[in-house]
Amino acid sequence: MAAIAPSFFSELRAICGDDGVITQSERLMVYECDAYTMEKHLPDAVALPRTTEEVVRAVKLCAQHHLPIIPRGTGTSLSGAVLAVDGGIIIGTTRLNRILNVDYRNRRALVEAGVPNLWITNAVKERGLMFAPDPSSQPSSTIAGNIAFNAGGPHTLKHGATTNHVLGFDLVLPDGEVVWLGSTPEGGDDVEGYDLRGAVIGSEGMFGVITRVVVRLMKTPRAFRTMLAVFNSADDASHTVSDIIAAGIIPVAMELMDQPITRAIEEAYHFGLPMDAGAVLIIELEGHEAGLDRQLERVIELCRKNRSRDLKPARTPEERAALWKCRKSAFGAIGRISPNFVTQDGVVPRTKLPEIMQFIYDAAKKLGLGVANVAHAGDGNIHPIIFYDERIEGDVEKAYACSTAIVRRCIELGGTATGEHGIGVEKVELMSLQYSADDLEAMQRLRRAFDPEGRCNPHKMFPGGKRCLNFNPQRQVAI
Amino acid sequence: MLKPFIDERSALTCVHCGLCLASCPTYLETGDENLSPRGRIYLMRQLLSGRAPLNDATVQPLDTCLGCLGCQTVCPGRVHYGELIEHTRDFIEHNHRRSLYQMLLRRVLVEQVFPYPWRTKLALSPLKLIRWLGLEGWLPRFTRPMTSLVPPGFRSEPLPLTSPAVVTEKKGRIGFIEGCVQSVMFGPTNSAVVRLLARAGFDVVTPPGQGCCGALFSHSGQLEKARDCARRNIAVFERFAVDHIVIGGSGCGATLKEYGLLLKDDPAWAARARVFAGKVRDMVEILSPRSFNLNAGSGPLVTYHDACHLNHAQGIRQQPRDLLKAVCGSRFVELPESDLCCGSAGSYNLTQPDMASRLQKRKVENILKTGATVVVTTNPGCMLQIRAGLIAAGRADIEVAHLADYLDRLGAGRS
Repeated sequence: MAAIAPSFFSELRAICGDDGVITQSERLMVYECDAYTMEKHLPDAVALPRTTEEVVRAVKLCAQHHLPIIPRGTGTSLSGAVLAVDGGIIIGTTRLNRILNVDYRNRRALVEAGVPNLWITNAVKERGLMFAPDPSSQPSSTIAGNIAFNAGGPHTLKHGATTNHVLGFDLVLPDGEVVWLGSTPEGGDDVEGYDLRGAVIGSEGMFGVITRVVVRLMKTPRAFRTMLAVFNSADDASHTVSDIIAAGIIPVAMELMDQPITRAIEEAYHFGLPMDAGAVLIIELEGHEAGLDRQLERVIELCRKNRSRDLKPARTPEERAALWKCRKSAFGAIGRISPNFVTQDGVVPRTKLPEIMQFIYDAAKKLGLGVANVAHAGDGNIHPIIFYDERIEGDVEKAYACSTAIVRRCIELGGTATGEHGIGVEKVELMSLQYSADDLEAMQRLRRAFDPEGRCNPHKMFPGGKRCLNFNPQRQVAI
Repeated sequence: MLKPFIDERSALTCVHCGLCLASCPTYLETGDENLSPRGRIYLMRQLLSGRAPLNDATVQPLDTCLGCLGCQTVCPGRVHYGELIEHTRDFIEHNHRRSLYQMLLRRVLVEQVFPYPWRTKLALSPLKLIRWLGLEGWLPRFTRPMTSLVPPGFRSEPLPLTSPAVVTEKKGRIGFIEGCVQSVMFGPTNSAVVRLLARAGFDVVTPPGQGCCGALFSHSGQLEKARDCARRNIAVFERFAVDHIVIGGSGCGATLKEYGLLLKDDPAWAARARVFAGKVRDMVEILSPRSFNLNAGSGPLVTYHDACHLNHAQGIRQQPRDLLKAVCGSRFVELPESDLCCGSAGSYNLTQPDMASRLQKRKVENILKTGATVVVTTNPGCMLQIRAGLIAAGRADIEVAHLADYLDRLGAGRS
């Protein structure tokens, strides 16, 4: 990339303030990656605007200088979604973190882009409401980041993903123009014309910078039944999942954890999970009190039919919270058993779960790598976590090969490359496995409608960019 | 090649997931990832590898860490951040040149005055005189943030060697640590803790010769001096057969509980340190809510601020609330962001006054939202910081009380 005019930085400071612009190389380092640490790229600067107006001015300035812009929230992406592949200016939304208004009558809230997902629920739970999408990263991940990746979570199975719970937002286009898409804070739920809101949700930050969002609030379910089902094999657990759905029961969540991950979590937290189980399922039913027990009985029956060796219902809200904490701590707990990991995010038809699980174990074994599995099993969304140690020569490449092989297999089985983490930089090569050149060109045309110059979060999602040639994972620690 | 100043394995436990970000006060204030736990660990790694130099740009994010450990509470990988930052600070203090003012603050005030009660008293005596003469407004501006912290009418209260249990059925014997700053500025609080413990059935001994717990040193990057403090206290308390060792300040309590870790590489002391640390309890772990008379429905509205070193460092959240609710019942109201640091953080409000005052304002705004007229907490630093913040906001009418004082005053312990 051509050198940036020094005047650019002083103008950026004039917009965002001295403490709102980061340019020193030492302090840009933490911005060289997100929660996907296999690959790193330094941005040229980070801007931290405080208002929509400042975002607009910063984006316009970047447009004048033809600089790439990379919108970034708290950087919890697992697919390298906010990497400054060829440099560029990171537009951080983390100072836009106010809940502006809660409209209890219409059950919606207007929040700024950088508000962490969980803050919304925390702000309204006293009134019996919640924001439904619940990615594991929800204590930190921002609402705009959730929109960029159409984030899901364990409870997506019944409640749907982010797209079902975001009514509208403003979008600062890469040339600085501001458009409001979907429902306005004052308007009704339905909007005439094309659903451009829907097009932006899941666009991986390539269409512009979001600054304000109208979210839908849901009534907190009245009753739950949460249960831990213990199996001797991942195979039995997977079959149980298919059987439950086939029986016409839609639990609000069905989460699978295999033995290595169950052990890692147990060692970190001492929840009392069985260390020798082949796999466990966390199954949650919710709704009105009446009828829940009958559903639960049916679920228990199906677990037993698939040789579940132990069924532990959560008896108190605390026990239920502990079960969910187990599940949501999974990725973090890996740090205790492996210096580095990469997690995949493929989706397979539910009935293919046993097959893909076996493939994952075989693929990792062949390369001599450790692997652990968590899965939103109800959706067929797998998250194999592949262990590696970047200090060992060749380990990064092996992990990458393993990870790629798994996603390829998902696509061959009739699934997709990503359920919720997105393509980012991580899976760009895999897009052409799933889509023809024509499909990809059609997507590019949609992208160009928002960003004709391709300056917004470039080198993501579409194969063939500069980044593929330069793929050179850097070491995280070099002692 | 640098000698590794932090345990590499421990640093690698951080998988960079980012779940800590929204729990970090400095990150919430600035939105700058360098000022987040993940960012700071990343910086430590870069310093360790030599990729980033030790300079003002890299030291500032590490200096602005409050050490509140809010990140440890939410970390899914259980990264021991506290240990990482303490060792990094030790490395910084021994390898980085600071400005003269910061050197004076850190090397003299924090390390040579505060840990020694009589020196603190001596240092504060001119202020007492100035206040008595009504001349505080004449002090130079840069001293205001500091002097505003010193509570009016502070005093120490000597404690007897032993305070016997006041019930016939004795539960055991407790060794009491007075604390350094605590004993000078909050003497009556210490007496209240001792009274509560005695009413709860414990003989309380306050051994002479005890000193600073070492927190002031370990937080400011002087681990060897902190270890000296630990050795001295261990030796003093070994002379008395006690079941528990109790302190009224949460910050000190957290450090006392970590003596085992602090001296783990000292073969002569490691085992003794573990025994000592195993006996340390916060007051709230000893007192039972059942022994207090419920006073529901009347009295002032009371809220509770979680002292970071009780909540995040010691993992104690519920007990203090249970005790408070036992005496004020439905007059208890939760404080929004009660688990977010108030900016006091040991000597942080002296060395980092800007960030400290931003967090102080944030805390005060949250307190005002509750409508409470009493704020209860468990740490002297938090009390000084919150009281100064309320006074600056023109709300000197809101009382800041130590949990021990509040329980003691409400006729607590009547059984």
